[in-house]
Amino acid sequence: MSEASAEHSGYLVIEKVTKDFGGQGGAPLFRAVDDVSLRIRQGEIFALLGSSGCGKTTLLRMLAGFEVPTSGRISLGGQDLLSLAPYERPINMMFQSYALFPHLSVWDNIAFGLRREGMPRAQIQERVEAMLKLVQLGKYAQRKPHQLSGGQQQRVALARSLAKQPKLLLLDEPLGALDKKLREETQIELVNIIESVGVTCVMVTHDQEEAMTMATRIGIMSEGAILQVGTPREIYETPATRFVADFIGNVNLMDGTLAVDEPDHVEIACADCRHHVGHGITGHAGMKVSVALRPEKIRISRRAPGPDDNPVAPMNQVQGRVRDIVYFGSHTVYNLVLPSGQVLKVSQSNTERHPDDQLSWDDLAWAWWSPSAHVVLTQ
Amino acid sequence: MKWSERTLIGIPYLWLLVFFLLPFLIVVKISVSEMEMVSFQDIVTWVDGVLNIRIKLSNYLFITQDDLYFKTYVASLKYAAITAALCLFIGYPFAYFMARARASVQPALLMMVMLPFWTSFLLRVYAWKGLLGEGGWVASAFDALGVDTLLMAVGLIPGPGQYLNTPFSLVLGMVYTYVPFMILPLYATLSKMDLRLLEAAYNLGATPWVAFWTVTVPLSRAGIVAGTMLVFIPCVGEFVIPELLGGPQTLMIGRVLWDEFFANNDWPMASAVAVVMVLLIIVPLAWFNKAQADAQEARR
Repeated sequence: MSEASAEHSGYLVIEKVTKDFGGQGGAPLFRAVDDVSLRIRQGEIFALLGSSGCGKTTLLRMLAGFEVPTSGRISLGGQDLLSLAPYERPINMMFQSYALFPHLSVWDNIAFGLRREGMPRAQIQERVEAMLKLVQLGKYAQRKPHQLSGGQQQRVALARSLAKQPKLLLLDEPLGALDKKLREETQIELVNIIESVGVTCVMVTHDQEEAMTMATRIGIMSEGAILQVGTPREIYETPATRFVADFIGNVNLMDGTLAVDEPDHVEIACADCRHHVGHGITGHAGMKVSVALRPEKIRISRRAPGPDDNPVAPMNQVQGRVRDIVYFGSHTVYNLVLPSGQVLKVSQSNTERHPDDQLSWDDLAWAWWSPSAHVVLTQ
Repeated sequence: MKWSERTLIGIPYLWLLVFFLLPFLIVVKISVSEMEMVSFQDIVTWVDGVLNIRIKLSNYLFITQDDLYFKTYVASLKYAAITAALCLFIGYPFAYFMARARASVQPALLMMVMLPFWTSFLLRVYAWKGLLGEGGWVASAFDALGVDTLLMAVGLIPGPGQYLNTPFSLVLGMVYTYVPFMILPLYATLSKMDLRLLEAAYNLGATPWVAFWTVTVPLSRAGIVAGTMLVFIPCVGEFVIPELLGGPQTLMIGRVLWDEFFANNDWPMASAVAVVMVLLIIVPLAWFNKAQADAQEARR
């Protein structure tokens, strides 16, 4: 396969990969990864996102060669990976626990992989110095890992995994061991370093914020299967299933039936209101559907919305009683109890420090949204 | 420090002071005293306003002059070193596979290592006399396998079928007795090792063999040092095994010590031999302590 066609059809190609654990000696069979196919482009940062036990780490370990798929194929740049032992693969991994060698200095940790290649001494020296500079740890070259802070250890782990200039970089929960503040700073720094090197990267995380900020594309995993693949924006704004909509960010899900089905708009009847959706969907009248509404796309006020606010009234609006007000500083989340008993989450940016007409507990309030705010989910 | 902590630390220190340091100082004193029939002359005497300090160093001088002592010290160190090396060679793979075995079988394997301690050490060593003697099971098996020609070629046994009272039987007995002392500390360090470090090594291009030498062995250094010392130190002064299984070729310092005390009744000489032996053991022990401290530092 030529380089060009390999790039066209994906650089890292995962084809129908399944991994079963157990099943021998009467142990129950557990399918960790279920028929996963993915095509990852050269130079992209791809995040596998899912809760713990969804199979994302098993998939990553199969790429590294620590696990062997029960069935399926994996190739990198046209080269079959499964026939290669872990130490033969042009892949380096940054481990969740960093797995730095405690008996070696920072310098020797970074040089470890280069020495295994039998690289000449002068060249190793040059490469290690370059890596130390890249992660800004030049001063710490002679320290042992236990003498470094968590953030510094993370950078040593990154330098060590980049030193061999791998064709594929694997990151296992890259920022999981850092505290929140440091994590936010490191996310961007990590992406900058990875992009400056230009390496293709697959990362595994359970933290959606981490996936959103770092990845060019995200694959959502659940129970061993990939549910949806897309850019962070696609995943957030057009989730394909109820599960994905619910998993990523906050969402209000309302069940209803398709009442009016026109090519340019549809109307969906739910318990508390009727939704006017400004685009057509593939379906038929009377079909059961769900409507997903992100809290930040809903407006809330004590007053009923006027015709300028909501041109499709009385659709796309609802009245409810304020049950909870959660103040986050940058925004406030209101939990509105609707007549059916369902709770509608509404998020408002706090654009003013002391707004005049503040809602308080047990107030009756109106909530409304635009015809382009929803996502209609049929599965 | 609170008084309770002082007491807790103080009791073992007191024990060592009373039952180790004090007797040792007495031994040192005897080694530089003159023997007077059945008692020792005082080192310091005060007669008619004259202070006399008599420190008799001739015993130590004699140790350096008579090459019997030098030879037996060297032999003791040599056999202890060979035993420690063989124990490491046998014990490391054993401890390694024990540490990597399924968690459910590890207690059973550990039990098997410790099982020999349930019978008397003397009995077990004595049993080797029967096993290695003429017509003994092990001796017959060795004869059948032609092990004796091999051992004869290396010069470990004097003639075909003569296993007992040779360097071979001595080292066999010591390795047999001391190998658990090597396995246990090695197992302790190897079972604590983070196996993700091995995955990291493979991931960076190390074959399993290279990863073993560059990661597993350096990380088990504390266990190697502890096991080696636990075998080497008691082997230097070993008396029972050379007595039962050793021969005329394998005179070790424990035997010399015994003879000086009980055959020659020369306590000052025997004490001097003992003091030199303690010094010979303290040097590797100090190195061991330092290595332990360094390893502790590296682990944190």
